[in-house]
Amino acid sequence: MATTEIGATEQASRRHTRRLKRQDGAFFWLAWGSAALVVVLLLGILLSLLWESLPSIGHFGLPFLWNERWSPAKDIFGAAAPIYGTLLTSLIAMVIAVPTSFGIAMFLTEICPKSLRRPIGIAIELLAGIPSIIYGLWGFFVLAPIMQHTVQPFLINTFGDLPIIGFLFQGAPYGIGMLTAGLVLSIMILPFITSVTRDVFETVPVMLRESAYGMGMTTWEVVRRIIIPYTRLGLVGGVMLGLGRALGETMAVTFVIGNSHRIASSLLAPGTTISAAIANEFAEADGKLYTSALVELGLILFVISFTVLALAKWLIGRTESY
Amino acid sequence: MDDQTMTHPADHPATDSVAALKPRRSVEDHPVKLEVKGLNFFYANNHQALTDINLSLRDKAVTAFIGPSGCGKSTLLRVLNRMYDLYPGQRAQGEVLLDGRNILAPKEDLNVLRAKVGMVFQKPTPFPMSIYENIAFGIRLYEKLSKAEMANRVEAALREAALWDEVKDKLHQSGLGLSGGQQQRLCIARAVAVKPEVLLMDEPASALDPISTAKIEDLITRLADDYCIAIVTHNMQQAARTSDYTAFMYLGEIVEFDRTEQIFTAPKNQKTNDYVTGRFG
Repeated sequence: MATTEIGATEQASRRHTRRLKRQDGAFFWLAWGSAALVVVLLLGILLSLLWESLPSIGHFGLPFLWNERWSPAKDIFGAAAPIYGTLLTSLIAMVIAVPTSFGIAMFLTEICPKSLRRPIGIAIELLAGIPSIIYGLWGFFVLAPIMQHTVQPFLINTFGDLPIIGFLFQGAPYGIGMLTAGLVLSIMILPFITSVTRDVFETVPVMLRESAYGMGMTTWEVVRRIIIPYTRLGLVGGVMLGLGRALGETMAVTFVIGNSHRIASSLLAPGTTISAAIANEFAEADGKLYTSALVELGLILFVISFTVLALAKWLIGRTESY
Repeated sequence: MDDQTMTHPADHPATDSVAALKPRRSVEDHPVKLEVKGLNFFYANNHQALTDINLSLRDKAVTAFIGPSGCGKSTLLRVLNRMYDLYPGQRAQGEVLLDGRNILAPKEDLNVLRAKVGMVFQKPTPFPMSIYENIAFGIRLYEKLSKAEMANRVEAALREAALWDEVKDKLHQSGLGLSGGQQQRLCIARAVAVKPEVLLMDEPASALDPISTAKIEDLITRLADDYCIAIVTHNMQQAARTSDYTAFMYLGEIVEFDRTEQIFTAPKNQKTNDYVTGRFG
């Protein structure tokens, strides 16, 4: 009786151990599988982009990158205009958003009364939560008319005739165009750069800040000479994350960019970006070469964004060990 | 050094502290540099951290503040250069007179005040720039110097902080590459470079190894020939070794303030006696 009881418990416990082992094994492979899936997806997307764009790559070769002509009727495609538009609108967005974000972050960490910190912080995060289609609608129906009737005529009249920079502000005030797209983009990336900037500003040790103030520095001197140099790699990382978003943004830009495959010297002229071109033309792309050219555009965007994000990750990683 | 020849009853304050007492010099006739009168200090939650503080710091002398954690010694130091102003809601009542002028007055120029009242912190805080720039930067805030004059001033400050020989070949490397003790001396050099009148030190050696600590203590003793120094320390031997006056603080009040050898050999207050003999704290 006693021996069988012991045998029974032993058996049960062995069964239990076996079950645990099985469970653990399943969990092990599940975790591995999930992680592997990420890599498989990434490679899969990259490879399918490559595969789909092969006809275009074979037909146009490298000159695809610098050919401006985009003529679906004659099956001639060049990516120069969308690449230029992507880079230019992102540049405009960065020029506006980076200083503004730094200013907001500086205000939040150094100047803002404690009671206002949370409300302003939350407002900025809400800005990040607005869907991009709404930015597009707003840009098209509200911002573009203001640009057309007020801002652009002012820019043309004020700067249009100046030497050196005059060419940037010539032409007719369309409302939509590169500048408007850059402006909308800058609002969209502002919250991202701001929150990263604020977070890295807060990593500055209290004692370092106090010793800077203790030397008799003003707030501006502390920020300019201590906080920004101390956090510079993290700041670059934040800027890159913003840039990554600006490069890939589609919906809002498509609304306000004007969708014209031309490279114009004026910032006010309509243009197009890679993502806007794809979104706009995919439905009507009938020929094989047309589709393939659009996919190759996507591949180029993929490479640009990937480079920017990889650089950002690398820089942020370096800040932590600083 | 006549203290060492005295004999003490067994229960008398720590004899090893006494042995380590700073060689006595007369600082009684030094003028008062900083005078604290009826100072009360409150944190943002209205918690009173300092109560009715009255004391005078003499020029070219070291005054040590000792006491258990949370007794308000660091807080007191942070009033003396108005560091608390960085934090909204903290407020001080009473008077702190620097050469007779009340620095707690609202219209006091804090940047100028902090040039006159330098501060060294618990942990070394080199600025994210080169060793040379760490020093030159502070000077540039207040003076316009030629390149040669600046080089001289930087060298003089580094010599004053006994750091010159160790860094003269790498002035343009980052200050972050130095050892902890060297970084702390760099911070002291940075503080003295702007020619302050008062030097506040908040546990300047608490993060350092014994050898670096000894160097910092040497430095404090030498700097006392030129500056009015206030030092907060947890280390009673350090207070005994470096200071001319000692204030014992407890629960936001000054329990006893006297010449250092008095505090360590014949304190008048029982609480002070208990603290310096290590019975609590």
